[in-house]
Amino acid sequence: MSVIEATQLTKVYGELRAVDAVSFQVAPGESFGLLGPNGAGKSTAMRMIGGTSLRTSGSLLVNGLDPETHGPEVRASLGVVPQTDNLDTELNARDNLIMYGRYFGLPYSYLRPKAEELLQFAQLTEKATEKVDNLSGGMKRRLTIARALVNEPSVLLLDEPTTGLDPQARHILWDRLFRLKEQGVTLIVTTHFMDEAEQLCDRLLVMDHGQIVAEGSPAALIQQYSTREVLELRFGSDRNAALVERLRGYADSIEALPDRLLLYTADGEAVLARVRADGLDPVTSLVRRASLEDVFLRLTGRSLID
Amino acid sequence: MTTLIRNRPGVRAWLAANSSGNTGAVIGRGFKVIRNQNWMIIVSGFFEPVFYLLSMGIGLGALIGTVTGPGGHQISYAAYIAPALLATSAMNGAIYDSTWNVFFKLRFAKLYEGMLATSLGPLDVAAGEIFMALFRGLLYAVGFTVVIAAMGLTTSWWALAMIPVALLIALGFAAIGMALTSYFTTFQQMDWINIALLPMFMFSATLFPIEAFPEVVQWFIMTLPLWHGVELMRQLSVGHWDASTAVHLTYFVAMSVLGVAFATRRLRTLFLR
Amino acid sequence: MTEGLDPIGLDFNALAYSGRALSSAHQAQNVQRWGWWYQAEWRLLGMKAYWTSILGSAVLTPLLYVLAMGIGLGALVDSSSGGVEGVPYLTFVAPGLLVATVVMSSVNELTFPVMGGFKWQKLYFARAATAATPSQVAVGELLAVGVRMLAEAALFWIVLVALGAVDPRWSWLMIGIAALAGMAFGAPLASYSATLEDEGFEFSMIQRFVVMPMFLFAGTFYPLDSMPLYLQWIGWISPMWHGTQLSRAVAFGLPLTSWEVAMHLGFLVILLVAGIALTVRNFTRRLSR
Repeated sequence: MSVIEATQLTKVYGELRAVDAVSFQVAPGESFGLLGPNGAGKSTAMRMIGGTSLRTSGSLLVNGLDPETHGPEVRASLGVVPQTDNLDTELNARDNLIMYGRYFGLPYSYLRPKAEELLQFAQLTEKATEKVDNLSGGMKRRLTIARALVNEPSVLLLDEPTTGLDPQARHILWDRLFRLKEQGVTLIVTTHFMDEAEQLCDRLLVMDHGQIVAEGSPAALIQQYSTREVLELRFGSDRNAALVERLRGYADSIEALPDRLLLYTADGEAVLARVRADGLDPVTSLVRRASLEDVFLRLTGRSLID
Repeated sequence: MTTLIRNRPGVRAWLAANSSGNTGAVIGRGFKVIRNQNWMIIVSGFFEPVFYLLSMGIGLGALIGTVTGPGGHQISYAAYIAPALLATSAMNGAIYDSTWNVFFKLRFAKLYEGMLATSLGPLDVAAGEIFMALFRGLLYAVGFTVVIAAMGLTTSWWALAMIPVALLIALGFAAIGMALTSYFTTFQQMDWINIALLPMFMFSATLFPIEAFPEVVQWFIMTLPLWHGVELMRQLSVGHWDASTAVHLTYFVAMSVLGVAFATRRLRTLFLR
Repeated sequence: MTEGLDPIGLDFNALAYSGRALSSAHQAQNVQRWGWWYQAEWRLLGMKAYWTSILGSAVLTPLLYVLAMGIGLGALVDSSSGGVEGVPYLTFVAPGLLVATVVMSSVNELTFPVMGGFKWQKLYFARAATAATPSQVAVGELLAVGVRMLAEAALFWIVLVALGAVDPRWSWLMIGIAALAGMAFGAPLASYSATLEDEGFEFSMIQRFVVMPMFLFAGTFYPLDSMPLYLQWIGWISPMWHGTQLSRAVAFGLPLTSWEVAMHLGFLVILLVAGIALTVRNFTRRLSR
């Protein structure tokens, strides 16, 4: 049985179709990602899974139950990490974990030792009695994730888990999430970071304007919608666009961004050499492996982070 | 009776969608916060009606002397306004807790967002919050009743009944306040609640009898909830009963029932968007 | 695509070097002279967001009070003691209500917004990063609130006149008196708000234990001497009482000796000046550390 089964899932806010007839399934133990720019409908989809946003139409089953008619039961098996931390600012770090567990109806005898374990997991043991407001951004994020684990959920919903964190804090978090995945927890992650999607997800749904534009594993998506390498060239903001036609023959395809040109090719270094030999001298050049960013650009003609 | 209701399929489905039956955890959180809180904050809420009573009772009382109370007896001005202030403070506390407080926790502190990501349902959260509002109301009602009894402003043991009646008044206003909050999107809209409450406070026979107004205006005031609360409290403070007592009491019981029904209907709109 | 233009047609080169901006020296000179006014202008603009509640409280409050106090409470007081200070109760209470309303609006404007300017939105720091000095920021803030109070008092007064609650001949002076009393309370309050690092419960304590008692015990609803002596001191130290007494003198001729007038005015002016000085000092400390 699928952990999540969404069919023609739709949410309309007034004129805006935030989620537009989206269908997908998630298998147990899978690490599943929703990728897309801000406003693509990822967070709304997440909130519908948790039953805290009522859908306009379509059907949705989480562990075989409809979250709208069985919200409390469905959420008992979920751990939710929202996009912005919503920790209880009137309680300290430890009490945040314990009270949250109480909301699941868990007894104190289970929660007291559990809270200590989770504090350790989040590297917050020394901050146990600190008020939430006094914690740093990274600490709050780790506490929010620890909190989501208090009921030992089989499915973890992570909405933009590392947005706003510094690189070191992100890697610590990814490490923690990876260990959960190894233990068989189903992860559902939304992100607009390519590296995060590549690190965490077995399978991805690329979303734009509330609709699915592509689906597959990160590697498969890159293979299908991009070339192996990408050559980035900058000629200065006034010359980039003018050179597109001249460079057309050098690569499989070209994307012109306001500040640079992207040349899709199997061998970036070779193309760069030919461009130079042709007497064109870019201000900067960079050869890199293709990423999900390129997939998104190719699918929508727009950059993911604007 | 509870089993009877629970066994009706529509009700059972509704409960399954909106409640885990774990309101106790929300209440537990409320008490934990109160324990951690600065006790001065809680105590300070008690002073507002007392200040009003001292100021108006002594200062204006010196200019006014006695007023006609329930049953046509002359009573001191302080004894006239004291029960009215208790009714008003029950109303104000309940409205504050169910509008500002709920709105803030919903939209800014995002407290309910966290709660509703657990197995709690909107009904558990709403019931827990209304319980906490009534608990605070109980503390203040007990405190104020003790003060006015100590000042000799009550003349009957029936005055003790003012405490549960204060809770009834608070329940009616809290339920309606919570239902109204489901329509709000900005803090500015809540200013209008205060703009509506101020005239209700001033004209509902709190500080002077409504006989000063033309009859049409009097009839209008008699439709307002606070007037019924004030009159009921005033009758209890001296232990005077007549047919109107039953009317006032019925008014508030009906308001509480309708208010809870209204709030229940708006529950999903309030918490789930 | 045209050269140097992005897709929306904005010339990026012109953003940094259009040549239309004033020279840096000219900008600095303008701010040295008018920085305090720029700050006030900005703050007054911000009040646009809630002008309906300013208007509402300035128009509805007097309307309600006149109805309640004039018809209801007034009838009760006038019938049992034949008016207060030789005039009907409404005439007596109207000036006090005007002053009280204006003084209480200083609490809305000079507590959370001032603290928020340092702690939450940090707008004062944004200001201090321009050519403006901290003292200009402080003075501008107070000035804007003073302007709001004058407007509020003027509206309140117009409603009172329209309802026949005051005689317009001299009572217009109440507009200035109320704003003076409001700022005599508001300026010291602003200086305190500027020192708060954290949002504890200081402001609700001030509301409950300073503002509310002042409203109730500083002779707004009845002459101070109808209170026992041990409660009268609350009025003596309240800007609200001093402002109210002056307002009553201009509104219905409450007999005050010239010594009393000087004392009331002096009290308010000293508080105002001290409040401004302290606000400037505290803003300067906080913005330049």
